Amino acid sequence: MSSAIAIKGTRDGLLLTLGDGEMDHLLAELQSFIAKQESFFRGGEVVLRFNEHKLASRDVMRAMGMLDRFGVSVRAILGRGADLSSIEASAETLQEDETAAPRIEFPTQISSLVSEASSGILVKRTLRSGQSVNHTGHVVIVGDVNSGAEVVAEGDIVVWGRVRGIVHAGATGDETRCICALALAPTQLRIGNRIARSPENKAGRTEFGPERAFVSNDQIVAEEWH
Amino acid sequence: MAARILTVTSGKGGVGKTTLTANLSTALAVQGQRVVAIDADIGLRNLDVVMGLENRIVYDLVDVVEGRCRLRQAMVRDKRLSELYLLPAAQTRDKNAVNPEQMVELCDGLRPDFDFIILDSPAGIEQGFRNAVSPADEVIIVTTPEMSAVRDADRIIGLLEASEKEAMSLVINRIRPEMIRREDMLNIDDVLDVLAISLLGIVPEDEKIIISTNRGHPLAMDNHSSAGQAFNNIAGRIMGQDIPFISLDKDTVLTRIKRFFGA
Repeated sequence: MSSAIAIKGTRDGLLLTLGDGEMDHLLAELQSFIAKQESFFRGGEVVLRFNEHKLASRDVMRAMGMLDRFGVSVRAILGRGADLSSIEASAETLQEDETAAPRIEFPTQISSLVSEASSGILVKRTLRSGQSVNHTGHVVIVGDVNSGAEVVAEGDIVVWGRVRGIVHAGATGDETRCICALALAPTQLRIGNRIARSPENKAGRTEFGPERAFVSNDQIVAEEWH
Repeated sequence: MAARILTVTSGKGGVGKTTLTANLSTALAVQGQRVVAIDADIGLRNLDVVMGLENRIVYDLVDVVEGRCRLRQAMVRDKRLSELYLLPAAQTRDKNAVNPEQMVELCDGLRPDFDFIILDSPAGIEQGFRNAVSPADEVIIVTTPEMSAVRDADRIIGLLEASEKEAMSLVINRIRPEMIRREDMLNIDDVLDVLAISLLGIVPEDEKIIISTNRGHPLAMDNHSSAGQAFNNIAGRIMGQDIPFISLDKDTVLTRIKRFFGA
């Protein structure tokens, strides 16, 4: 993915940010980006956000038209660096204050777009035995969590890799949190105050697909992620 | 050319660090390299026994560091190979007798005169480990295909990565191909999946090791044993040769017939 396009998944939809650069270039990038995962985007909704300073109605219309061709509807438009005062579009527009801190305030209709504990951290390596990550927000690990390593977070935990160690989401007692991983083979899973072990199996060799673990009926359960 | 300094470590005890150090040093010396093996396991020294040199020790590493003798006086020449030396540890002291800076200085003093300096690390992650690893240019991590050894190796790798000792490679020791086939033992890929560093060598379980360490006669001198062959391969790879890993399949009449029929 080009660095000109940023995508952020949130509980209520996708936030697509078009960064600095020539609008033509950005739109071309956006087009190839969406085209690559067309089936994922089709039928979905996004919030489109522009960082560029000089923005014309025409650019916004082009972006929306292009997304429309892929069956993607635009729920709202945010201007972070861009000046939206002259834009007329069929979607709701909103001017962001670009000097503000990362925490974004949205009007009530789309305030649920960004999850509460939004100060997440991204760790881009494998956690080895004896290493631990503790954080008050969400934690995303791109890598494995090896046996003997641990992740403790107040928010959710997403591991883009294999979990063999201990992961604890909702560490301050929040049982609505979840743990996602490409392969869940943990020593222990903890959500809120609950603890679960993996089902016993031979030498931990069974391969499962991506799973999401959460609390249901007072128990931690894991569901395959489709 | 100045020496390469390799430290052999593992985290877990008993996985074969000392045996590897002795055999690797021997194998390199047999190939004409000038090698000094240093026992960094102060208080629990074993490298001298495994190399068969225990009754030739007059001074040791701690004597050198504390200035009671010159470095050369403490070095014991191998009884078979003239280019192989041992710098033994002290048995009557413990790991706090030296610190990492002193180890680095000592090894730097040896660099000009040797091709390889190989340090045998103690088990653990404390001072002894730090002493052994500080001078290293490259670290060889030894593990066996067992969950407990792999977890300890992972911890060690994490500590090494954090202290920027990034030139690491792995030796998987005491492999039993039969147990791997029955899936009673972790296979090579399982281990590499967790540890994710480059594989330097694999050594099969071999009874002859016990005999060789008791007698003080490193197996690398004997090419008829599978472990000895493996140690020689490891030495070759360290010197840059491209040697394929030994096959773990027993080539029996049955497997040859199966291959013939394309099974």
